[in-house]
Amino acid sequence: MILLAFILLPILGAFVAWLSSAVHRSAPRWVALLVMLAGLVLSAGLWWQVQDDVYFVGDHWLRTFELPWMPRFGISFSLALDGLSLLMVVLTFFLGALSVMVSWNEIKERVGFFHFNILFVLGGIVGVFLTMDLFLFYFFWEVMLIPMYFLIGIWGHANRTYAAFKFFLFTQAGGLLMLLSILGLYFIHHSLTGTFTFSYFELLHTQMPLEANRWLMLGFLIAFIVKLPAFPFHTWLPDAHTEAPTAGSVILAGLLLKTGAYGILRFVIPLFPEASHYFAPAIMLLGAIGILYGGKLAYAQTDFKRLVAYTSVSHMGFVLVGAFAFNALAYQGVVMQMITHGISTGALFMIAGSLYERLHTRELDRMGGLWPALPKMGVVTMIFVMASLGLPGLGNFIAEFLILAGSWQAAPWITVAATIGLVVATIYSLRIMQKVFFGSSQREYTLPDLSLREMLMMVPLIIAIIWLGVYPQPVINVASRAMPSVAIHSSK
Amino acid sequence: MSASDLLSLLPLLIISGSAVIAILLVAIRRNHRVMHAFTVFAFICALVALYFQPYAVPYVIAPLFVVDAFALFNTGLILLAGLSVLFLSYSYFEQREERKEEYYILLLLATVGGMVLVISQHFISLFLGLETMSISLYGLIAYLRARERSDEAGIKYLLLAALSSAFLLFGMALVYAESGRMDFTGIGIYLKTLHAAPVAVVAGFGLMVIGVGFKLGIVPFHMWAPDIYEGAPLPVAAYIATVSKGSMLVLLMRFYRDINGYEYTILWWVFAIIAMASMFAGNWLALLQQNVKRLLAYSSIAHMGYILIAFLAGQEAGQEAVIFYLVAYVITSIGAFGVLALMSDEKNDAENLEDFSGLFWRQPWLAAIFTGMLLSLAGIPLTAGFIGKFYVVAAGVDAELWLLLVLLVINSVIGLFYYIRLVAIMFQPLPGPAVRRRMPFFGIFALSALMILLLWLGVYPSALITVIRDMMLTMG
Repeated sequence: MILLAFILLPILGAFVAWLSSAVHRSAPRWVALLVMLAGLVLSAGLWWQVQDDVYFVGDHWLRTFELPWMPRFGISFSLALDGLSLLMVVLTFFLGALSVMVSWNEIKERVGFFHFNILFVLGGIVGVFLTMDLFLFYFFWEVMLIPMYFLIGIWGHANRTYAAFKFFLFTQAGGLLMLLSILGLYFIHHSLTGTFTFSYFELLHTQMPLEANRWLMLGFLIAFIVKLPAFPFHTWLPDAHTEAPTAGSVILAGLLLKTGAYGILRFVIPLFPEASHYFAPAIMLLGAIGILYGGKLAYAQTDFKRLVAYTSVSHMGFVLVGAFAFNALAYQGVVMQMITHGISTGALFMIAGSLYERLHTRELDRMGGLWPALPKMGVVTMIFVMASLGLPGLGNFIAEFLILAGSWQAAPWITVAATIGLVVATIYSLRIMQKVFFGSSQREYTLPDLSLREMLMMVPLIIAIIWLGVYPQPVINVASRAMPSVAIHSSK
Repeated sequence: MSASDLLSLLPLLIISGSAVIAILLVAIRRNHRVMHAFTVFAFICALVALYFQPYAVPYVIAPLFVVDAFALFNTGLILLAGLSVLFLSYSYFEQREERKEEYYILLLLATVGGMVLVISQHFISLFLGLETMSISLYGLIAYLRARERSDEAGIKYLLLAALSSAFLLFGMALVYAESGRMDFTGIGIYLKTLHAAPVAVVAGFGLMVIGVGFKLGIVPFHMWAPDIYEGAPLPVAAYIATVSKGSMLVLLMRFYRDINGYEYTILWWVFAIIAMASMFAGNWLALLQQNVKRLLAYSSIAHMGYILIAFLAGQEAGQEAVIFYLVAYVITSIGAFGVLALMSDEKNDAENLEDFSGLFWRQPWLAAIFTGMLLSLAGIPLTAGFIGKFYVVAAGVDAELWLLLVLLVINSVIGLFYYIRLVAIMFQPLPGPAVRRRMPFFGIFALSALMILLLWLGVYPSALITVIRDMMLTMG
């Protein structure tokens, strides 16, 4: 039941938030914030409960929930939660609450509809992380799309219509290929066993012909690496991130990209182990290209948000490299990377938003020398820039180190290339600090430093990123419980 | 005809009788309100009569009609579609024409034609139904006679429909000349006895495809659609898109099944090529449109292409998919045209893209409905269109029509372009202060009902799926 609550909470909250705008202008903000905090408390509470090892004995599904939905097709409303989903759900509510707070002053028009979209997209994301029925998965996958489209298209910056369009078409095209693959799998399973089902658990053990296996796997993979995004399909991302309102960027970078990574871990590798091994070298290569190419492009940007957007391409390359290395170390690194990247990039986008609020520009060339004016913001930025370049002691370091250590065993040369990516990361990350806070000031700014609300957002993020860097064991514990299904299948 | 024959045709008789009474009502006194209320009442009576029809066994009224579950379901669909169109018509015609009453007579007659089509199993009844519908449509399309485009559309439809009827009639004559049969099953039996079809039969079928293709508005017989949609009064356009096309599709399904059409590969390929051409031409041309009515016309051509894929998949799943998609398509088409109708004012129909600019901030509920309808046409989840498209794709995968499916996926993406563009326009910021217009109650009521239906089918389609499945089982 608690799983259903995780999904219904934001979705019902969305409607309440919309309606509440009739009562008071600010009411939707409070509704949205309360909903997200309630979700955060619930999911963190669940995490607290299941810490006890007792719950992990036997199969690793912590909670399940099932209702028949469309029996004609063997579709059920089937939810399940393991360590991986739990971490993702906690992250979703955490960043969700922050994205509500970050828009507190930024969004002044159509507040009700804005929060409706925010909550709805978060509901879709939670659904994606929890569902264990492939049809339902596709359903939620698409549900995320429309509100995100509106968020970018209505509240975005100058070029928003184009960006929203591009985002929509890219993900939708990938999604349709995935639908074809899902149906292919469904009918192959039927021809082998005689039952029509979309259930993940049953489809997991489909023994299909090698060729079919590879084609179907590609359908899934393309959908996920478009979302991730990996090298040739990344072009929607800079536009979408740059044009979106701050909350939209935070959700995109922190959560939406993670659905792609999650899909790879949850569906591609377990459902198609043979094909995954077959394509692994090529995919890892794509990942390595993404790391270097994304890093290079990030360095070349003059727009703060665009720069951060390209760093996402680079960081998500690590996910691809780690996921197809097929070992426990890399797997744990990937899960860590998903979380730490969500936090650090989310924070950088929030900083970009705060700067934009004060300076009304995102151009790095028009900033510079802001440290004296904004010391608190400078410190916060410094922390997350360091996280982004992988400084030991902060979460991203653990994640990338684990991934590299794991992938070394699988593909040394690709690991070498990926490691060079860390150097590139150092260069572009330091460039942010240099361009924004150091150097000479063009004008004598007198700007308000971080407000209480902004501090309230940043402090939890800082705590989280340091905690993950110093004591990541709880996260790794939870994640590794979920891992066996991947590891067992891939060790063949 | 026995009493039970008449009883089984009761809905049809109610609607035909109402048409006669309607004529008398106009003769006594012209009153738009009374006329509208009477027509609504007639439709509701017919629906009630339909509800009490025995469902289980096909009832044959030899040689012309067969009343089975399939026919009853589609009769219901036609009646409901007609009823929704009626709700949207009142305010639309109240604003415009001086003599509004004849519209309802024509609408009743056209509905009679459609209802005959879905129960016919014989060339004679097919042709009678088709002509009853077409002739009423000529009048309906040109109803706003003060408008140039309306006249033009009426004349165009008159000429082209007459031509296509001639093709159809000649085709039927050729088939009859060779086979000596006019009932569908008889033709099927005759075809089975043949090793190689004689030229006359092949030609006959070719000509019939042209006639049917015209009514369905599929490529290359689609040229009329955009002009007619643009010129006709909006409720009539909705009616043509749904009832006229839908009843023809149902007839095609019945005919195809009775003659075992799936055994003939050439026929299959003919329809496959038509399906591909319809998808591409429809979507591609829709992309280029600046006029929303024409855009919807081209999109409906593309949707017929999607339906044909399910149709070609054959088997149980394919037939179910056709019907489900048809239901979703009927809801969305009436919904979309209904929004246009409600937004139109005395002088102009709302049809230019600019008319929709910032609609969401002016008429939030109307814009939400239009968004829902467009997203359903695009096949986005939570709407009936999504389940419909899923059904079609599932049927296609089952029948392994990979080529057609890949084309469908490509076309869905093309389709997204223009649906989303329209949605984006509705969410543009308003240039000036929002001026709200009062919306007619009946229109909003009908559209809200359609919207709820759309979401309901999108979230919980099981109920409808069960009904369709049971219906297909009784067809055998």
